[in-house]
Amino acid sequence: MNRSPLAPRRTGSPATRRRRRTGTLLGLTAWLCGIGFFLPVAWMVLTSFHSETDAATNPPSVGAGLSLHGYREFFGADSGVSPWPPLINSLTASVVATVLVLLLAIPAAYALAIKPVRKWSDVLFFFLSTKMLPLVAGLLPVYLVAQNTGMLDSIWLLVLLYTSMNLPIAVWMMRSFLAEVPVEMLEAASIDGAGLTCTLTRIVAPVAMPGIAATALISFIFSWNELLFARVLTGIVAGTSPVFLTGLVTSQGLFLAKVCAAATVISLPVIVAGFAAQDKLVQGLSLGAVK
Amino acid sequence: MPIRTAEPAPGAEASAVRRGGGPAARARRTERAKNWARRAPLLPALVFLVIVTQLPFVATVVISFTRWNALAPENRGFAAFDNYRAVFTDPAMRASVGTTVLLTVTVVLVSLLLGLVLALLLDRGFRGRGIVRTLLITPFLVVPVASALLWKHALYNASYGLLNGSLTWIWRLFGSDDPPQPDWMTDSPLAAVEVSLIWQWTPFMMLILLAGLQSRATDAIEAARMDGASAFDIFRYLTLPHLRRYLELAALLGTVYVVQNFDAVFTITSGGLGTANLPYTIYQTFYQAHDYGRASAQGVVVVLCSLLVATFALRTVSSLLREEVTR
Repeated sequence: MNRSPLAPRRTGSPATRRRRRTGTLLGLTAWLCGIGFFLPVAWMVLTSFHSETDAATNPPSVGAGLSLHGYREFFGADSGVSPWPPLINSLTASVVATVLVLLLAIPAAYALAIKPVRKWSDVLFFFLSTKMLPLVAGLLPVYLVAQNTGMLDSIWLLVLLYTSMNLPIAVWMMRSFLAEVPVEMLEAASIDGAGLTCTLTRIVAPVAMPGIAATALISFIFSWNELLFARVLTGIVAGTSPVFLTGLVTSQGLFLAKVCAAATVISLPVIVAGFAAQDKLVQGLSLGAVK
Repeated sequence: MPIRTAEPAPGAEASAVRRGGGPAARARRTERAKNWARRAPLLPALVFLVIVTQLPFVATVVISFTRWNALAPENRGFAAFDNYRAVFTDPAMRASVGTTVLLTVTVVLVSLLLGLVLALLLDRGFRGRGIVRTLLITPFLVVPVASALLWKHALYNASYGLLNGSLTWIWRLFGSDDPPQPDWMTDSPLAAVEVSLIWQWTPFMMLILLAGLQSRATDAIEAARMDGASAFDIFRYLTLPHLRRYLELAALLGTVYVVQNFDAVFTITSGGLGTANLPYTIYQTFYQAHDYGRASAQGVVVVLCSLLVATFALRTVSSLLREEVTR
């Protein structure tokens, strides 16, 4: 075997050397897997920078010249269909729903973790069980109510639904983050005569802050990604980005570079936020059961 | 709200005295007040969830017993079990139950296995581990509709997709002008949906299992290695038992999400060619056939099936919680 730049120097006993070589091989395997999983995303971004003719070729034109055509098309410079209303709808629905989720979940988690109510785990499981019911089973009554109250095609209906969709997970996450506040510290504060505000700001908040950020992030991601409700309950005015994305293909035939540009732009906020909070993302996604 | 005060709040005591009653009654009253104070922060979330998620479901149950098609509004009435009978005798419905089970089991098992391999690879130290981890989690962060569109048009497409494009390229390397060009989405539609979902969910499994691996106690492993245990023995007798609950958790959470998948089925095949799962079938009955009664009956059946999975899921999670109950 030739010595690759990654291979360590030949020192130590034969056994150590063998173990090092396996280590290098496993490292390389991991790199290959990482690149393999990333490849479709890389392809999406590369295609988004190609002209429509270069995008739809066989074999693929990897080295074709770069062009902003797809992005210009997406942002409506040439086609006249602006993506801004759906992007703004998505942003509004996701941010407002996230704020509501936090307002409802933090006190509930406080009641379940810091000052546990009796049968707190039953309450916790009630929250989780609502998440296990398929959303689609409640869609029709929501649709009928919306139709009769004139809330169809309104972003505020989505806000309500996204809040209810993310609330159970948020309560679980916040509870697990708040459960990390040491009981001894709470007791000590109580003995020292600390009031509620003081305990909350000096003891609970510092521990809870990263948890609140993670909860907000996950609630934002799930709301931003949601398609079914948005598709059924919104139309021309309140359509969100995922609805806009599906519409790109069905109504105008296929423009691959444009679709890739759109997919890249719409995924970007979630990807950036996800990279920034990798660790908290895990803990959040596993409902705080994994630390 | 008092923070764990040993004495009842002075105000509460005073009012109890004013209202009279023996010390036992007074204690009971303050106890009740304290309980309410503890429960109060919980109520907004509970009330909100009951209204927004439970009430619609009750309405779904009611509608499932009515004959109601929006295209024929005058013919509306009590249908007893007609809708349910229709659901259970409908071959399309039965097919979609089978599709849902197959899709969910395949996606969850394969991505769990791949996720385990990747987590084990990433658990070791090597150069650029952080970068590889970031590369690996990216598929999970792409918006689901975007990833479905990406697979359908940029990768699977028979005439210019990356898969067939690569085949052409490889065959040309060997001087052949006749590469195989399968039409992935028509030849194996369900597999096409599954592969895109596996790609999307493997990172999720990997993240949870990696967190599990990194929470292992290292001293037991060191000791086992000292005693000459092989890498496989360590995996089999130390790592795997430790990972068990993480594997269960990842599988169950994955199941909850994949069972409900709508985006990939809707985008990649539009439910055609035997890929319609339950959420898609309900969407179709309701949104395209406008048969409200039947769609509701389907919804109720789906919920009953989900309760089965949910029971297992809740049991597993409760075993995770049990160690915390001492609090």
